[in-house]
Amino acid sequence: MSEIKTIDARGLSCPQPALLARQALQKAGKGTIEVLVDTTTALENVSRLAKNAGWTVNVENQPQENYRLVLKK
Amino acid sequence: MSAISRFLTSRWGPVLTGGVIGVLAPVLVKLGNPGNMGICMVCFNRDIAGALGLQRASAVQYIRPEIIGGLLGAFVAAMAFREFKPRTGSAPLVRFLLGMLAAFGALVFLGCPWRAYLRLAGGDWNAILGIVGLVAGIVIGILFLRRGFSLGRNHAAPKALGWVMPAVMVTLLVLLIVAPEFGRDANGNPTGPIFFSKTGPGSQHALLIVSLVVGLVIGFLAQRSRFCTVGAVRDVILLRDNHLLYGILAFVVVAFITNLALGQFHPGFTGQLIAHTDGVWNFGGMVLAGLAFTLAGGCPGRQLFLSGEGDGDAAMFVTGMVVGTAFAHNFSIASSSAGTGAYGPLAVIIGLVVCSAIGLTMREVKG
Repeated sequence: MSEIKTIDARGLSCPQPALLARQALQKAGKGTIEVLVDTTTALENVSRLAKNAGWTVNVENQPQENYRLVLKK
Repeated sequence: MSAISRFLTSRWGPVLTGGVIGVLAPVLVKLGNPGNMGICMVCFNRDIAGALGLQRASAVQYIRPEIIGGLLGAFVAAMAFREFKPRTGSAPLVRFLLGMLAAFGALVFLGCPWRAYLRLAGGDWNAILGIVGLVAGIVIGILFLRRGFSLGRNHAAPKALGWVMPAVMVTLLVLLIVAPEFGRDANGNPTGPIFFSKTGPGSQHALLIVSLVVGLVIGFLAQRSRFCTVGAVRDVILLRDNHLLYGILAFVVVAFITNLALGQFHPGFTGQLIAHTDGVWNFGGMVLAGLAFTLAGGCPGRQLFLSGEGDGDAAMFVTGMVVGTAFAHNFSIASSSAGTGAYGPLAVIIGLVVCSAIGLTMREVKG
């Protein structure tokens, strides 16, 4: 099983969650990447970005309105 | 409700929001607001600063209900859709400073990005160099973001923190309605502490209730759709994401059509309302504003709406803008229809140096 890279973007303001995710997706090319965010805006932005780049997005709700996105390609 | 939310957070959300603002802003001008200034997120904060006596330029003093409504509309939307999430701690002092500098730049141009697009849609071609400057400022900000610029992480705050800005807005509304004048000038006439312009742009406004409702509608829609006049350009360049850009295009096109329909489209460079023709500083002012907005994470409207959903750092930026507009008038930085202020160009240069220093030095501190 390949290692899952985690991007912790919690607490960061626009556009950093999407920028960090984009850089990670481009660097990895394929595989599985986990992104942690704590606003719905960041959730939407990272999801849209990943889907547009051809990754599948699976969202898990976590306590205190945090979200864990699992991006796969 | 969830269907509305899904629509507003879809790709059509920013388009709808931009279209609605594109209709309402020119209509506000028709109903009394200053020319090409149906809504301006910097000029209106400047008017509020004037009404509170923080700056004493007698032509620009009024408590603008659009600002009050905008923040409260975002607050209502955030509450309704469970996005009210008080937070703070991401370099609030630096955000305050960025708010001040953004206000300096915008008042050298004479308008925030919202008004830049509205001026364009009204035929004020001086806005073109302003918008080019805005884009240039955003590009510089993106260079810093790519080099690792960050104002650091916020953290969750008590619910009470998120109620501060809505409470401030309600207080402003009370002051607007009561308009206390318990001070006395040298001749013994009543004056202050709240000042309203009797002539000039500050005296031009739509009915309070109309402005307030327009603000509420815009704040509600913009909070849901994440409408942002700076993020729109930034995301296209930085992320190849044109989600927000369509909102700005809808905004400009609909405002243009509405201005045409209302007889408010007057193309040209000269004779424009609350504008000057100094292209260099129309450009330069907006480079500074665009850079400061990008480093802070969004346009002045977005900062206002984030304040409504409990973001204490965005609230610091908004507060910095209010204070910055006051300094801009007290220190002859703000332009007027006659041209740039005596120290406007110098303030832009100093502002660019300070923003560059912030862009180069601010990094997330680990651990």
